[in-house]
Amino acid sequence: MLFRIVEKMAFRSLIQLLLETTQVIGPRKIAVTREGKPVHQYLPLSGFEELELGYDTTDIPAKSYFLPYEENLSTWSFIGNDWTQEITYRLQPRVLVGLHACDINALLKLDKVMTREFFPSPYYISRRKNSFIIGIDHEPCQGGFCHWLGTDSVNRGFDLFLTDLGDRYFVAIDSERGFTLLQQVAVRLVTENDTADYLTVRRRIASGFAPPLDVRQLPRLLDMEFDSEIWRRWGAKCLSCGSCAAVCPTCYCYGVSENVSMDFTRGAKVKQLYSCTLKDFAEVAGGHNFRSARETRLKYRYYHQHRGFVEQYDEPKCVGCGRCGRSCLAGINPQEIIGDLLATEVPS
Amino acid sequence: MNYLGIEPVRPRVALFSFTGCEGCQLQLANHEESLAEFLAAIRIVRFREISSSEQGEYDIALVEGAITRNDEVERLLAIRAQTKVLVALGSCACYGGVNRLKNSLDPAVMNREVYGDLSQESLPTRSVGEVVTVDLEIPGCPVSKPEVERIIQHLIWGIPYSFPAYPVCLECKQSFTLCRFQQGELCLGPLTRGGCRAICPAGGLGCWGCRGPAADPNYPEFFAIARQQGFSEREINERLTFFGGLEVTP
Repeated sequence: MLFRIVEKMAFRSLIQLLLETTQVIGPRKIAVTREGKPVHQYLPLSGFEELELGYDTTDIPAKSYFLPYEENLSTWSFIGNDWTQEITYRLQPRVLVGLHACDINALLKLDKVMTREFFPSPYYISRRKNSFIIGIDHEPCQGGFCHWLGTDSVNRGFDLFLTDLGDRYFVAIDSERGFTLLQQVAVRLVTENDTADYLTVRRRIASGFAPPLDVRQLPRLLDMEFDSEIWRRWGAKCLSCGSCAAVCPTCYCYGVSENVSMDFTRGAKVKQLYSCTLKDFAEVAGGHNFRSARETRLKYRYYHQHRGFVEQYDEPKCVGCGRCGRSCLAGINPQEIIGDLLATEVPS
Repeated sequence: MNYLGIEPVRPRVALFSFTGCEGCQLQLANHEESLAEFLAAIRIVRFREISSSEQGEYDIALVEGAITRNDEVERLLAIRAQTKVLVALGSCACYGGVNRLKNSLDPAVMNREVYGDLSQESLPTRSVGEVVTVDLEIPGCPVSKPEVERIIQHLIWGIPYSFPAYPVCLECKQSFTLCRFQQGELCLGPLTRGGCRAICPAGGLGCWGCRGPAADPNYPEFFAIARQQGFSEREINERLTFFGGLEVTP
Protein backbone atom coordinates (compact mmCIF):
# COMPACT_ATOMS: atom_id res chain seq x y z
CA MET A 1 0.00 0.00 0.00
CA LEU A 2 1.17 3.52 -0.82
CA PHE A 3 0.15 6.74 0.92
CA ARG A 4 -0.23 10.27 -0.35
CA ILE A 5 -1.71 13.54 0.80
CA VAL A 6 -4.32 15.30 -1.32
CA GLU A 7 -5.71 18.74 -0.50
CA LYS A 8 -9.52 18.89 -0.33
CA MET A 9 -9.69 21.31 -3.28
CA ALA A 10 -7.64 18.86 -5.36
CA PHE A 11 -9.95 16.02 -4.34
CA ARG A 12 -12.90 18.07 -5.47
CA SER A 13 -11.21 18.58 -8.86
CA LEU A 14 -10.60 14.85 -9.08
CA ILE A 15 -14.29 14.03 -8.59
CA GLN A 16 -15.30 16.75 -11.05
CA LEU A 17 -12.87 15.35 -13.57
CA LEU A 18 -14.32 11.86 -13.12
CA LEU A 19 -17.87 13.17 -13.46
CA GLU A 20 -17.06 14.40 -16.98
CA THR A 21 -16.54 10.89 -18.29
CA THR A 22 -17.74 8.35 -15.75
CA GLN A 23 -20.71 7.52 -13.59
CA VAL A 24 -19.87 8.53 -10.03
CA ILE A 25 -21.96 7.12 -7.19
CA GLY A 26 -21.79 8.48 -3.66
CA PRO A 27 -23.80 9.24 -0.50
CA ARG A 28 -26.54 11.78 -1.21
CA LYS A 29 -29.11 13.13 1.22
CA ILE A 30 -32.55 12.02 0.10
CA ALA A 31 -34.80 12.78 3.08
CA VAL A 32 -35.01 13.41 6.80
CA THR A 33 -36.69 11.13 9.33
CA ARG A 34 -39.46 12.40 11.60
CA GLU A 35 -36.77 12.87 14.26
CA GLY A 36 -35.04 15.22 11.81
CA LYS A 37 -32.15 12.86 11.07
CA PRO A 38 -30.85 13.03 7.49
CA VAL A 39 -31.21 9.89 5.36
CA HIS A 40 -28.47 9.13 2.87
CA GLN A 41 -28.34 6.76 -0.06
CA TYR A 42 -25.60 5.79 -2.50
CA LEU A 43 -26.83 7.35 -5.72
CA PRO A 44 -25.33 8.58 -8.98
CA LEU A 45 -24.09 12.14 -8.57
CA SER A 46 -24.60 14.92 -11.06
CA GLY A 47 -22.18 17.28 -9.31
CA PHE A 48 -19.64 17.36 -6.48
CA GLU A 49 -22.01 19.44 -4.30
CA GLU A 50 -24.39 16.47 -3.95
CA LEU A 51 -21.67 14.34 -2.37
CA GLU A 52 -21.99 14.32 1.44
CA LEU A 53 -18.93 12.50 2.70
CA GLY A 54 -19.73 13.33 6.32
CA TYR A 55 -22.83 11.08 6.28
CA ASP A 56 -23.54 8.78 9.23
CA THR A 57 -24.66 5.66 7.35
CA THR A 58 -27.07 4.58 4.61
CA ASP A 59 -30.21 2.45 4.92
CA ILE A 60 -29.30 0.49 1.79
CA PRO A 61 -25.77 -0.91 1.53
CA ALA A 62 -23.43 -0.51 -1.44
CA LYS A 63 -24.22 -4.18 -2.14
CA SER A 64 -27.11 -3.10 -4.36
CA TYR A 65 -24.56 -1.98 -6.99
CA PHE A 66 -22.95 -5.43 -7.09
CA LEU A 67 -25.88 -7.74 -6.34
CA PRO A 68 -28.92 -5.83 -7.58
CA TYR A 69 -32.19 -6.71 -5.89
CA GLU A 70 -33.52 -7.79 -9.26
CA GLU A 71 -31.63 -8.58 -12.45
CA ASN A 72 -32.18 -10.37 -15.74
CA LEU A 73 -29.77 -13.28 -15.93
CA SER A 74 -30.78 -14.13 -19.45
CA THR A 75 -33.26 -12.93 -22.04
CA TRP A 76 -34.34 -15.68 -24.38
CA SER A 77 -36.55 -16.16 -27.40
CA PHE A 78 -37.78 -19.02 -29.56
CA ILE A 79 -36.94 -18.90 -33.26
CA GLY A 80 -38.75 -21.63 -35.15
CA ASN A 81 -37.60 -24.89 -33.61
CA ASP A 82 -34.55 -23.34 -32.04
CA TRP A 83 -33.94 -20.78 -29.34
CA THR A 84 -31.44 -18.08 -28.55
CA GLN A 85 -30.48 -16.17 -25.44
CA GLU A 86 -28.81 -12.89 -24.65
CA ILE A 87 -26.76 -12.30 -21.53
CA THR A 88 -25.41 -8.88 -20.63
CA TYR A 89 -22.64 -8.00 -18.21
CA ARG A 90 -21.52 -4.63 -16.98
CA LEU A 91 -19.14 -3.17 -19.54
CA GLN A 92 -18.72 0.40 -18.33
CA PRO A 93 -16.41 1.41 -15.49
CA ARG A 94 -17.86 3.54 -12.70
CA VAL A 95 -16.75 5.10 -9.44
CA LEU A 96 -18.18 4.49 -5.99
CA VAL A 97 -17.00 7.18 -3.60
CA GLY A 98 -17.51 7.49 0.14
CA LEU A 99 -17.89 3.84 1.11
CA HIS A 100 -17.24 3.10 4.78
CA ALA A 101 -15.00 0.25 5.94
CA CYS A 102 -18.05 -1.96 6.66
CA ASP A 103 -19.26 -1.83 3.06
CA ILE A 104 -15.77 -2.53 1.67
CA ASN A 105 -15.25 -5.39 4.12
CA ALA A 106 -18.64 -6.68 3.00
CA LEU A 107 -17.46 -6.66 -0.62
CA LEU A 108 -14.36 -8.63 0.41
CA LYS A 109 -16.65 -11.26 1.94
CA LEU A 110 -18.90 -11.29 -1.13
CA ASP A 111 -15.76 -11.71 -3.27
CA LYS A 112 -15.08 -14.95 -1.45
CA VAL A 113 -18.55 -16.25 -2.28
CA MET A 114 -18.96 -14.85 -5.79
CA THR A 115 -15.48 -15.36 -7.25
CA ARG A 116 -14.75 -18.88 -6.08
CA GLU A 117 -12.69 -21.18 -8.25
CA PHE A 118 -15.73 -23.04 -9.56
CA PHE A 119 -18.89 -21.31 -10.75
CA PRO A 120 -17.76 -17.74 -10.16
CA SER A 121 -20.53 -15.24 -10.90
CA PRO A 122 -19.71 -13.35 -14.11
CA TYR A 123 -22.48 -10.88 -13.29
CA TYR A 124 -20.84 -9.99 -9.99
CA ILE A 125 -17.30 -9.98 -11.34
CA SER A 126 -18.17 -7.62 -14.22
CA ARG A 127 -19.58 -5.13 -11.73
CA ARG A 128 -16.85 -5.55 -9.16
CA LYS A 129 -13.96 -5.18 -11.62
CA ASN A 130 -15.60 -2.19 -13.25
CA SER A 131 -16.10 -0.37 -9.95
CA PHE A 132 -13.41 2.00 -8.79
CA ILE A 133 -13.82 2.29 -5.04
CA ILE A 134 -12.93 5.29 -2.90
CA GLY A 135 -13.50 4.57 0.77
CA ILE A 136 -13.48 6.97 3.69
CA ASP A 137 -12.84 6.80 7.44
CA HIS A 138 -15.58 8.10 9.72
CA GLU A 139 -16.61 8.61 13.32
CA PRO A 140 -18.55 5.60 14.70
CA CYS A 141 -22.05 5.60 13.24
CA GLN A 142 -25.21 5.22 15.30
CA GLY A 143 -26.05 1.58 15.93
CA GLY A 144 -22.92 0.16 14.32
CA PHE A 145 -20.79 -2.48 16.05
CA CYS A 146 -18.12 -3.09 13.43
CA HIS A 147 -15.39 -2.90 16.09
CA TRP A 148 -16.73 -6.13 17.62
CA LEU A 149 -15.93 -7.87 14.36
CA GLY A 150 -12.72 -6.11 13.39
CA THR A 151 -14.34 -4.53 10.36
CA ASP A 152 -14.01 -0.92 11.53
CA SER A 153 -10.96 -0.57 9.31
CA VAL A 154 -10.01 -2.11 5.99
CA ASN A 155 -6.73 -2.78 4.23
CA ARG A 156 -7.87 -4.25 0.90
CA GLY A 157 -10.76 -4.20 -1.52
CA PHE A 158 -10.59 -0.51 -2.46
CA ASP A 159 -8.63 1.64 -4.89
CA LEU A 160 -8.30 4.67 -2.63
CA PHE A 161 -9.18 5.14 1.03
CA LEU A 162 -9.45 8.59 2.58
CA THR A 163 -8.96 9.78 6.12
CA ASP A 164 -10.14 13.34 6.74
CA LEU A 165 -7.36 15.46 8.29
CA GLY A 166 -9.35 18.70 8.19
CA ASP A 167 -7.97 20.62 5.21
CA ARG A 168 -6.59 17.53 3.44
CA TYR A 169 -7.09 13.80 3.00
CA PHE A 170 -4.63 11.12 4.00
CA VAL A 171 -5.00 8.67 1.09
CA ALA A 172 -4.21 4.97 1.20
CA ILE A 173 -3.68 3.61 -2.32
CA ASP A 174 -4.30 -0.07 -2.94
CA SER A 175 -4.32 -0.37 -6.73
CA GLU A 176 -2.30 0.68 -9.71
CA ARG A 177 -5.34 2.34 -11.24
CA GLY A 178 -5.80 4.23 -7.98
CA PHE A 179 -2.23 5.46 -8.16
CA THR A 180 -2.62 6.42 -11.82
CA LEU A 181 -5.83 8.31 -11.21
CA LEU A 182 -4.26 10.37 -8.43
CA GLN A 183 -1.64 11.60 -10.90
CA GLN A 184 -4.37 13.74 -12.49
CA VAL A 185 -4.33 16.17 -9.56
CA ALA A 186 -1.75 17.62 -7.22
CA VAL A 187 -0.71 15.11 -4.56
CA ARG A 188 2.29 15.08 -2.30
CA LEU A 189 4.24 12.64 -0.18
CA VAL A 190 3.30 12.06 3.45
CA THR A 191 5.29 14.05 6.02
CA GLU A 192 5.86 13.18 9.68
CA ASN A 193 3.35 15.85 10.54
CA ASP A 194 0.69 14.18 8.33
CA THR A 195 1.37 10.80 9.93
CA ALA A 196 0.98 12.28 13.40
CA ASP A 197 -2.33 13.88 12.37
CA TYR A 198 -3.48 10.60 10.83
CA LEU A 199 -2.76 8.69 14.04
CA THR A 200 -4.57 11.31 16.10
CA VAL A 201 -7.67 10.97 13.92
CA ARG A 202 -7.54 7.18 14.05
CA ARG A 203 -7.20 7.29 17.87
CA ARG A 204 -10.15 9.68 18.10
CA ILE A 205 -12.29 7.38 15.95
CA ALA A 206 -11.29 4.30 17.98
CA SER A 207 -12.06 6.05 21.27
CA GLY A 208 -15.59 6.83 20.05
CA PHE A 209 -16.63 3.17 20.26
CA ALA A 210 -18.23 1.68 23.35
CA PRO A 211 -16.33 -1.35 24.70
CA PRO A 212 -16.90 -4.32 22.36
CA LEU A 213 -18.35 -7.72 23.19
CA ASP A 214 -16.10 -10.69 22.51
CA VAL A 215 -17.61 -12.47 19.51
CA ARG A 216 -14.90 -15.08 19.09
CA GLN A 217 -16.93 -17.59 21.10
CA LEU A 218 -20.02 -17.21 18.90
CA PRO A 219 -19.62 -20.27 16.62
CA ARG A 220 -19.29 -22.49 19.69
CA LEU A 221 -22.03 -20.70 21.64
CA LEU A 222 -24.45 -21.01 18.75
CA ASP A 223 -23.97 -24.78 18.77
CA MET A 224 -24.54 -24.84 22.52
CA GLU A 225 -27.65 -22.65 22.34
CA PHE A 226 -29.48 -24.35 19.46
CA ASP A 227 -32.59 -24.96 21.60
CA SER A 228 -32.30 -21.80 23.64
CA GLU A 229 -35.35 -19.76 24.64
CA ILE A 230 -33.46 -16.80 23.13
CA TRP A 231 -34.74 -17.87 19.72
CA ARG A 232 -38.33 -18.22 20.87
CA ARG A 233 -38.23 -14.78 22.48
CA TRP A 234 -36.72 -12.96 19.50
CA GLY A 235 -38.46 -15.18 16.94
CA ALA A 236 -41.87 -14.23 18.34
CA LYS A 237 -41.15 -10.64 17.30
CA CYS A 238 -40.05 -11.44 13.73
CA LEU A 239 -42.35 -10.02 11.02
CA SER A 240 -40.86 -12.37 8.37
CA CYS A 241 -40.51 -9.39 6.07
CA GLY A 242 -36.96 -9.94 4.87
CA SER A 243 -35.92 -6.33 5.49
CA CYS A 244 -32.86 -7.45 7.50
CA ALA A 245 -31.45 -9.51 4.64
CA ALA A 246 -32.34 -6.87 2.06
CA VAL A 247 -30.32 -4.18 3.87
CA CYS A 248 -27.52 -6.59 4.88
CA PRO A 249 -24.36 -5.78 2.91
CA THR A 250 -23.40 -9.47 2.74
CA CYS A 251 -26.71 -11.37 2.34
CA TYR A 252 -26.67 -12.87 -1.12
CA CYS A 253 -29.42 -15.53 -1.15
CA TYR A 254 -31.74 -15.34 -4.12
CA GLY A 255 -34.49 -16.97 -6.13
CA VAL A 256 -34.88 -17.25 -9.90
CA SER A 257 -38.16 -17.07 -11.71
CA GLU A 258 -39.13 -16.93 -15.32
CA ASN A 259 -40.97 -14.03 -16.85
CA VAL A 260 -42.57 -15.20 -20.09
CA SER A 261 -44.06 -12.85 -22.67
CA MET A 262 -47.81 -13.05 -23.23
CA ASP A 263 -47.26 -14.52 -26.73
CA PHE A 264 -45.08 -17.29 -25.20
CA THR A 265 -42.19 -16.65 -27.59
CA ARG A 266 -39.83 -14.64 -25.37
CA GLY A 267 -38.87 -14.45 -21.74
CA ALA A 268 -36.32 -13.66 -19.11
CA LYS A 269 -34.76 -15.51 -16.23
CA VAL A 270 -35.10 -13.04 -13.38
CA LYS A 271 -33.00 -13.24 -10.25
CA GLN A 272 -34.41 -11.66 -7.09
CA LEU A 273 -32.49 -11.41 -3.83
CA TYR A 274 -34.39 -13.33 -1.19
CA SER A 275 -34.22 -13.80 2.56
CA CYS A 276 -34.00 -16.79 4.89
CA THR A 277 -36.52 -15.12 7.20
CA LEU A 278 -39.27 -15.34 4.56
CA LYS A 279 -41.86 -18.03 5.13
CA ASP A 280 -41.26 -20.01 1.94
CA PHE A 281 -37.45 -19.83 1.95
CA ALA A 282 -37.04 -23.51 2.84
CA GLU A 283 -40.26 -24.73 1.25
CA VAL A 284 -39.81 -27.69 -1.08
CA ALA A 285 -41.95 -29.82 -3.41
CA GLY A 286 -45.17 -31.02 -1.86
CA GLY A 287 -45.45 -27.93 0.31
CA HIS A 288 -43.08 -29.26 2.99
CA ASN A 289 -41.21 -26.55 4.83
CA PHE A 290 -37.99 -27.18 6.74
CA ARG A 291 -38.28 -23.87 8.55
CA SER A 292 -41.93 -23.06 8.88
CA ALA A 293 -41.54 -21.41 12.31
CA ARG A 294 -40.44 -17.78 12.60
CA GLU A 295 -37.97 -18.52 15.36
CA THR A 296 -36.30 -21.22 13.26
CA ARG A 297 -35.89 -18.89 10.31
CA LEU A 298 -34.51 -16.07 12.43
CA LYS A 299 -32.14 -18.47 14.16
CA TYR A 300 -30.76 -19.77 10.89
CA ARG A 301 -30.07 -16.26 9.73
CA TYR A 302 -27.84 -15.81 12.78
CA TYR A 303 -26.31 -19.23 12.25
CA HIS A 304 -25.26 -18.30 8.74
CA GLN A 305 -23.84 -14.95 9.89
CA HIS A 306 -21.83 -16.18 12.84
CA ARG A 307 -21.33 -19.91 12.42
CA GLY A 308 -21.91 -21.35 8.91
CA PHE A 309 -19.91 -18.65 7.16
CA VAL A 310 -17.10 -19.01 9.72
CA GLU A 311 -16.90 -22.73 8.96
CA GLN A 312 -16.59 -22.02 5.25
CA TYR A 313 -14.43 -18.91 5.19
CA ASP A 314 -12.85 -18.62 8.66
CA GLU A 315 -14.59 -15.34 9.41
CA PRO A 316 -18.11 -14.19 10.28
CA LYS A 317 -20.34 -12.99 7.46
CA CYS A 318 -21.53 -10.05 9.55
CA VAL A 319 -19.61 -6.75 9.31
CA GLY A 320 -21.44 -5.06 12.19
CA CYS A 321 -22.92 -2.22 10.15
CA GLY A 322 -26.11 -2.42 12.22
CA ARG A 323 -28.40 -1.88 9.20
CA CYS A 324 -30.52 -4.96 9.96
CA GLY A 325 -31.24 -3.74 13.48
CA ARG A 326 -32.05 -0.22 12.30
CA SER A 327 -34.41 -1.45 9.58
CA CYS A 328 -36.27 -3.89 11.85
CA LEU A 329 -39.56 -2.39 13.00
CA ALA A 330 -39.74 -5.04 15.72
CA GLY A 331 -36.37 -3.97 17.10
CA ILE A 332 -34.62 -7.29 16.50
CA ASN A 333 -30.92 -6.43 16.48
CA PRO A 334 -27.69 -8.42 16.44
CA GLN A 335 -26.09 -6.57 19.36
CA GLU A 336 -28.78 -7.65 21.83
CA ILE A 337 -29.04 -11.17 20.42
CA ILE A 338 -25.27 -11.62 20.67
CA GLY A 339 -25.45 -10.13 24.18
CA ASP A 340 -28.12 -12.69 25.09
CA LEU A 341 -26.00 -15.53 23.71
CA LEU A 342 -23.03 -14.31 25.74
CA ALA A 343 -25.34 -13.78 28.73
CA THR A 344 -24.03 -10.26 29.12
CA GLU A 345 -25.24 -6.67 28.84
CA VAL A 346 -24.45 -4.73 25.66
CA PRO A 347 -22.26 -1.73 26.58
CA SER A 348 -23.67 1.58 25.35
CA MET B 1 -41.05 -24.26 -30.11
CA ASN B 2 -43.42 -24.12 -27.17
CA TYR B 3 -42.63 -22.97 -23.68
CA LEU B 4 -41.98 -26.09 -21.52
CA GLY B 5 -43.33 -28.09 -24.46
CA ILE B 6 -46.87 -27.02 -23.64
CA GLU B 7 -49.14 -26.21 -26.56
CA PRO B 8 -50.94 -23.04 -25.48
CA VAL B 9 -54.71 -23.36 -25.68
CA ARG B 10 -56.82 -20.22 -25.90
CA PRO B 11 -59.23 -20.40 -22.97
CA ARG B 12 -62.59 -18.68 -23.27
CA VAL B 13 -62.65 -15.96 -20.64
CA ALA B 14 -65.69 -14.07 -19.35
CA LEU B 15 -65.67 -11.08 -17.04
CA PHE B 16 -68.48 -10.44 -14.57
CA SER B 17 -69.02 -7.45 -12.39
CA PHE B 18 -70.79 -7.29 -9.04
CA THR B 19 -70.73 -4.60 -6.33
CA GLY B 20 -67.60 -2.57 -6.93
CA CYS B 21 -66.16 0.23 -9.02
CA GLU B 22 -65.23 -1.94 -12.05
CA GLY B 23 -61.69 -0.67 -11.73
CA CYS B 24 -60.30 -4.20 -11.88
CA GLN B 25 -62.02 -4.80 -15.20
CA LEU B 26 -60.54 -1.55 -16.41
CA GLN B 27 -57.08 -2.77 -15.32
CA LEU B 28 -57.42 -5.70 -17.70
CA ALA B 29 -57.70 -3.29 -20.60
CA ASN B 30 -54.50 -1.59 -19.40
CA HIS B 31 -50.81 -2.43 -19.85
CA GLU B 32 -50.94 -1.53 -23.52
CA GLU B 33 -47.47 -2.85 -24.33
CA SER B 34 -48.76 -6.40 -24.09
CA LEU B 35 -52.49 -5.84 -24.58
CA ALA B 36 -52.57 -7.22 -28.13
CA GLU B 37 -50.67 -10.36 -27.01
CA PHE B 38 -52.95 -10.71 -23.98
CA LEU B 39 -56.07 -10.57 -26.13
CA ALA B 40 -54.53 -13.07 -28.57
CA ALA B 41 -53.71 -15.54 -25.78
CA ILE B 42 -57.32 -15.80 -24.61
CA ARG B 43 -60.75 -15.59 -26.18
CA ILE B 44 -62.84 -12.92 -24.53
CA VAL B 45 -66.50 -13.88 -24.57
CA ARG B 46 -67.83 -11.26 -22.13
CA PHE B 47 -66.15 -8.00 -21.17
CA ARG B 48 -68.62 -5.13 -21.11
CA GLU B 49 -66.02 -2.40 -20.68
CA ILE B 50 -64.47 -3.20 -24.08
CA SER B 51 -67.30 -4.83 -26.02
CA SER B 52 -71.09 -5.17 -25.87
CA SER B 53 -71.07 -8.60 -27.56
CA GLU B 54 -71.82 -11.69 -25.49
CA GLN B 55 -70.86 -15.05 -26.92
CA GLY B 56 -71.71 -18.47 -25.53
CA GLU B 57 -69.81 -20.55 -23.02
CA TYR B 58 -66.61 -19.89 -21.12
CA ASP B 59 -63.82 -21.78 -19.37
CA ILE B 60 -62.63 -19.09 -16.97
CA ALA B 61 -64.92 -16.63 -15.19
CA LEU B 62 -63.17 -13.59 -13.77
CA VAL B 63 -65.53 -12.22 -11.14
CA GLU B 64 -65.02 -8.77 -9.70
CA GLY B 65 -66.98 -7.03 -6.96
CA ALA B 66 -68.57 -8.08 -3.68
CA ILE B 67 -71.97 -9.73 -3.26
CA THR B 68 -74.57 -7.45 -1.68
CA ARG B 69 -77.96 -8.34 -3.20
CA ASN B 70 -80.08 -11.45 -3.75
CA ASP B 71 -80.08 -11.09 -7.52
CA GLU B 72 -76.27 -11.03 -7.37
CA VAL B 73 -76.32 -14.32 -5.46
CA GLU B 74 -78.48 -15.91 -8.15
CA ARG B 75 -76.29 -14.58 -10.97
CA LEU B 76 -73.13 -15.80 -9.24
CA LEU B 77 -74.57 -19.31 -8.68
CA ALA B 78 -75.39 -19.50 -12.39
CA ILE B 79 -71.82 -18.48 -13.30
CA ARG B 80 -70.40 -21.08 -10.93
CA ALA B 81 -72.58 -23.76 -12.54
CA GLN B 82 -71.32 -22.89 -16.03
CA THR B 83 -67.61 -22.18 -15.61
CA LYS B 84 -64.72 -24.59 -15.18
CA VAL B 85 -62.58 -22.09 -13.29
CA LEU B 86 -63.93 -19.25 -11.16
CA VAL B 87 -61.49 -16.52 -10.24
CA ALA B 88 -62.24 -13.82 -7.67
CA LEU B 89 -60.72 -10.69 -9.18
CA GLY B 90 -59.73 -7.85 -6.87
CA SER B 91 -60.11 -7.08 -3.18
CA CYS B 92 -63.93 -6.69 -3.31
CA ALA B 93 -64.35 -10.16 -4.77
CA CYS B 94 -61.69 -11.68 -2.48
CA TYR B 95 -62.56 -10.00 0.83
CA GLY B 96 -65.65 -7.85 0.31
CA GLY B 97 -63.43 -4.80 -0.06
CA VAL B 98 -64.48 -1.35 1.06
CA ASN B 99 -68.10 -2.47 0.68
CA ARG B 100 -67.65 -4.60 3.79
CA LEU B 101 -67.30 -1.47 5.95
CA LYS B 102 -71.09 -1.17 6.10
CA ASN B 103 -71.38 -4.56 7.85
CA SER B 104 -70.38 -3.05 11.18
CA LEU B 105 -73.07 -0.36 10.95
CA ASP B 106 -76.87 -0.33 11.29
CA PRO B 107 -78.28 -1.45 7.86
CA ALA B 108 -81.32 0.83 8.13
CA VAL B 109 -79.20 3.89 8.88
CA MET B 110 -76.84 3.01 6.02
CA ASN B 111 -79.71 2.55 3.58
CA ARG B 112 -81.16 5.95 4.48
CA GLU B 113 -77.73 7.61 4.27
CA VAL B 114 -77.13 6.32 0.74
CA TYR B 115 -80.62 6.06 -0.82
CA GLY B 116 -82.66 8.55 1.21
CA ASP B 117 -86.40 7.82 0.86
CA LEU B 118 -85.81 5.45 -2.09
CA SER B 119 -84.77 2.52 0.12
CA GLN B 120 -83.09 -0.39 -1.74
CA GLU B 121 -82.64 -4.05 -0.95
CA SER B 122 -79.11 -4.59 0.43
CA LEU B 123 -77.59 -7.64 2.14
CA PRO B 124 -74.57 -7.65 4.40
CA THR B 125 -71.51 -7.62 2.12
CA ARG B 126 -69.95 -10.99 1.33
CA SER B 127 -66.90 -11.94 -0.67
CA VAL B 128 -67.39 -14.18 -3.72
CA GLY B 129 -65.83 -17.05 -1.78
CA GLU B 130 -68.46 -16.71 0.97
CA VAL B 131 -71.18 -17.46 -1.59
CA VAL B 132 -69.66 -19.99 -4.00
CA THR B 133 -66.49 -22.09 -4.26
CA VAL B 134 -63.65 -20.04 -5.65
CA ASP B 135 -60.73 -21.67 -7.49
CA LEU B 136 -58.34 -18.76 -7.33
CA GLU B 137 -58.20 -15.34 -5.67
CA ILE B 138 -56.35 -12.41 -7.23
CA PRO B 139 -56.35 -9.64 -4.64
CA GLY B 140 -55.56 -5.97 -5.16
CA CYS B 141 -57.31 -2.64 -5.41
CA PRO B 142 -57.05 -2.65 -8.29
CA VAL B 143 -55.49 -5.94 -9.40
CA SER B 144 -52.06 -5.70 -10.99
CA LYS B 145 -52.30 -6.40 -14.72
CA PRO B 146 -48.81 -7.95 -14.95
CA GLU B 147 -49.83 -10.32 -12.15
CA VAL B 148 -53.09 -11.19 -13.91
CA GLU B 149 -51.09 -11.91 -17.05
CA ARG B 150 -48.82 -14.31 -15.18
CA ILE B 151 -51.82 -16.04 -13.60
CA ILE B 152 -53.59 -16.42 -16.95
CA GLN B 153 -50.38 -17.94 -18.32
CA HIS B 154 -50.32 -20.46 -15.48
CA LEU B 155 -53.97 -21.34 -16.11
CA ILE B 156 -53.12 -21.92 -19.77
CA TRP B 157 -50.14 -24.13 -18.87
CA GLY B 158 -52.00 -25.91 -16.11
CA ILE B 159 -49.28 -25.08 -13.58
CA PRO B 160 -50.17 -23.78 -10.10
CA TYR B 161 -49.34 -20.12 -9.55
CA SER B 162 -47.62 -19.04 -6.33
CA PHE B 163 -48.22 -15.59 -4.95
CA PRO B 164 -45.28 -13.98 -3.14
CA ALA B 165 -45.11 -15.23 0.45
CA TYR B 166 -43.35 -12.09 1.64
CA PRO B 167 -44.97 -8.87 2.80
CA VAL B 168 -44.73 -5.46 1.12
CA CYS B 169 -41.68 -4.44 3.25
CA LEU B 170 -39.30 -6.50 1.15
CA GLU B 171 -40.33 -4.71 -2.03
CA CYS B 172 -39.97 -1.31 -0.33
CA LYS B 173 -36.38 -2.17 0.56
CA GLN B 174 -35.73 -3.57 -2.89
CA SER B 175 -37.06 -0.44 -4.57
CA PHE B 176 -35.11 1.88 -2.20
CA THR B 177 -38.33 3.26 -0.72
CA LEU B 178 -38.06 4.83 2.72
CA CYS B 179 -40.01 3.10 5.45
CA ARG B 180 -43.30 4.98 6.00
CA PHE B 181 -43.00 4.29 9.73
CA GLN B 182 -39.65 6.10 9.64
CA GLN B 183 -41.61 9.05 8.25
CA GLY B 184 -44.06 8.83 11.12
CA GLU B 185 -46.90 7.21 9.18
CA LEU B 186 -48.97 4.09 9.70
CA CYS B 187 -48.34 1.36 7.13
CA LEU B 188 -49.74 -2.17 6.80
CA GLY B 189 -46.73 -3.24 4.73
CA PRO B 190 -45.41 -5.67 7.40
CA LEU B 191 -48.67 -7.67 7.25
CA THR B 192 -49.71 -7.36 3.63
CA ARG B 193 -48.81 -9.71 0.80
CA GLY B 194 -46.21 -8.28 -1.58
CA GLY B 195 -46.15 -8.57 -5.33
CA CYS B 196 -47.53 -5.07 -5.91
CA ARG B 197 -43.99 -3.69 -6.17
CA ALA B 198 -44.86 -1.52 -3.15
CA ILE B 199 -46.18 1.26 -5.37
CA CYS B 200 -48.21 2.99 -2.64
CA PRO B 201 -45.31 3.51 -0.19
CA ALA B 202 -43.12 4.52 -3.16
CA GLY B 203 -45.74 7.15 -3.98
CA GLY B 204 -45.71 8.41 -0.39
CA LEU B 205 -48.73 6.54 0.98
CA GLY B 206 -48.51 3.90 3.70
CA CYS B 207 -49.94 0.49 2.74
CA TRP B 208 -53.70 -0.07 3.27
CA GLY B 209 -53.61 -3.84 2.93
CA CYS B 210 -55.57 -4.27 -0.31
CA ARG B 211 -53.75 -7.53 -1.12
CA GLY B 212 -54.66 -9.30 2.11
CA PRO B 213 -52.23 -11.04 4.45
CA ALA B 214 -48.73 -12.28 3.56
CA ALA B 215 -47.88 -15.94 4.22
CA ASP B 216 -47.00 -15.48 7.89
CA PRO B 217 -48.49 -12.21 9.20
CA ASN B 218 -47.34 -11.46 12.76
CA TYR B 219 -50.42 -9.58 14.04
CA PRO B 220 -49.46 -9.33 17.73
CA GLU B 221 -46.07 -7.83 16.93
CA PHE B 222 -47.58 -5.48 14.36
CA PHE B 223 -50.11 -4.18 16.90
CA ALA B 224 -47.32 -3.70 19.44
CA ILE B 225 -45.23 -1.73 16.92
CA ALA B 226 -48.11 0.45 15.73
CA ARG B 227 -49.14 1.27 19.31
CA GLN B 228 -45.57 1.97 20.32
CA GLN B 229 -45.25 4.34 17.35
CA GLY B 230 -48.14 6.30 18.80
CA PHE B 231 -51.10 5.16 16.71
CA SER B 232 -54.42 4.70 18.48
CA GLU B 233 -56.44 1.50 18.52
CA ARG B 234 -59.03 3.24 16.36
CA GLU B 235 -56.54 4.39 13.73
CA ILE B 236 -55.01 0.93 13.52
CA ASN B 237 -58.36 -0.86 13.27
CA GLU B 238 -59.76 1.58 10.71
CA ARG B 239 -56.79 0.81 8.53
CA LEU B 240 -56.96 -2.95 9.11
CA THR B 241 -60.66 -3.22 8.26
CA PHE B 242 -60.50 -1.04 5.17
CA PHE B 243 -60.34 -3.80 2.54
CA GLY B 244 -61.63 -6.63 4.69
CA GLY B 245 -58.68 -8.95 4.13
CA LEU B 246 -56.85 -8.53 7.43
CA GLU B 247 -57.50 -9.33 11.07
CA VAL B 248 -58.42 -6.64 13.58
CA THR B 249 -56.81 -5.87 16.93
CA PRO B 250 -58.15 -8.30 19.56
